[in-house]
Amino acid sequence: MALEVEKKSSINRREFFSYLSIGFIALSASVGGVLSLIFRYLYPNVVFEPAMDFNAGRPEAYDTGVDERWKKIYGVWIFKSDGKFVAMSNICTHLGCVPTWLSAERKFKCPCHGSGFYPNGINFEGPAPRPLERYKVFLDATGNAIVDKTRVFRYEKGEWSNPDSYISV
Amino acid sequence: MKAIINYLSDPVFSFTGIIFFFFLGIKHIEVVASKKFATIALILILIIFGWMSLDPVFLSIVIWPDNVPIIFLLALVIWSTWFAIHKGVINDQRMAAGEPPVEGTPENREKVWAWPNLVYTELFAIIAGTVFLIAWSILLKSPLEEPANPTWAPNPAKAPWYFLGLQEMLVYFDPWIAGVTLPVLIVVGLIAIPYIDTNPKGNGYYSFKDRKFAITSFLFGWLLLWIFLIIIGTFLRGPNWTFYGPFEFWDAHKVVAANNINLSEIFWIKFLNMPLPKNIFAREFLGLILVAIYYTFVPVFITRKFGQKFLITMGKARYYFLIFLVLTMMSLPLKMYLRWFINLKYIVFMPEFELNI
Repeated sequence: MALEVEKKSSINRREFFSYLSIGFIALSASVGGVLSLIFRYLYPNVVFEPAMDFNAGRPEAYDTGVDERWKKIYGVWIFKSDGKFVAMSNICTHLGCVPTWLSAERKFKCPCHGSGFYPNGINFEGPAPRPLERYKVFLDATGNAIVDKTRVFRYEKGEWSNPDSYISV
Repeated sequence: MKAIINYLSDPVFSFTGIIFFFFLGIKHIEVVASKKFATIALILILIIFGWMSLDPVFLSIVIWPDNVPIIFLLALVIWSTWFAIHKGVINDQRMAAGEPPVEGTPENREKVWAWPNLVYTELFAIIAGTVFLIAWSILLKSPLEEPANPTWAPNPAKAPWYFLGLQEMLVYFDPWIAGVTLPVLIVVGLIAIPYIDTNPKGNGYYSFKDRKFAITSFLFGWLLLWIFLIIIGTFLRGPNWTFYGPFEFWDAHKVVAANNINLSEIFWIKFLNMPLPKNIFAREFLGLILVAIYYTFVPVFITRKFGQKFLITMGKARYYFLIFLVLTMMSLPLKMYLRWFINLKYIVFMPEFELNI
């Protein structure tokens, strides 16, 4: 008798598994929902991602010295001197701040920890351990200089003599 | 007068001076802990601070909303440090006279209930803190700036006030050292304090004499290598992260000769008058040896001179870990002085491995 009552009040094996599967589906759905939200969150609505390469115009049109015209858009300084046309990264090699070009002092100076660079990008003061990086530049068929930021040339690795890192003008 | 203060606030002088006054104060701790000294110091600080605030340049730094919490912080740090030392010295004097510390007297050993005694105090503190934060946020608008732009940085670009000490450390070190290694060691060292410091004295009561070394070394790291660096970062660092006196106009075109060179360049080019060797280990051997000496022979030397007592009471593992932490802490002022006096950039300079010390 007692056994029968107990059997009626509790759920049987089949019901238990159907409840379990409902619960498991609900759990997976909620975890999946949260994960998809997190995944969506990783892709912001507005992305500041300028193109990795751009047309910098004719190298002959630039004056000798540092040119800031692409800095605001692409984060690139053009430096022209000694017959070489190079594109420099505007990221400090110490901790990644954005240095300022001080035209009166003729140097780049980082506002975060005071690193200083010569116009050609060589570090000379403050804690920056290495010179500013240079980007690949090349002439396209029409004679315009194309800056390709996906290829980086580092001075301490001896890459500045690589013909891809400058345009002879 | 202002020109003199501007000149003396250069960290070469101000840091040296504050180290001197720190150890002077530790030596004459009874004087520092007296109420008379505190009153005179408070009046002097208020007068000097009031006088300095009359200067428009200094005032503009002080009332900049970012910097207001730093003023609170400084007042709180000075007050709580002094108060703890004051209580400690009173206990030291009592114990020297054979009495128990204040905390051990019968009337202070009386026990009370957490409810309502503690909970009411906490409730009041919560309400007062909330009121204070609301009033503060109404009175001082947060200094919002323009939307972030990855190709532009404000000048000077200052970290939040609690990280200004870290930012100041980064001026003297490679980011891997000052941004990763040293902060990790600071945290590890703070966690390790209860395991290193097995001195049972000073438990449950304030004391200075019983824990002289522990308190001095902690206060050295805290007051001089963190708080003072925050002060430098707040008041004395302007555009391009250049030093400016407290009354000096933040002229972005101030020229400071700071041609920093590495130890390898000093050794090979200046001293031996020859080009840098191609092999990086040959190039950096002097710096590597110096760093190795700093962490091997200096501990041995310190142990010979002062450390025998500690070595016996603490055991080898604890003792050498403590020495390692203290030496690492002292590397910061060491590197700062090397930078100021011989424009040294890195002792070991191996950008090939991102290893610069």
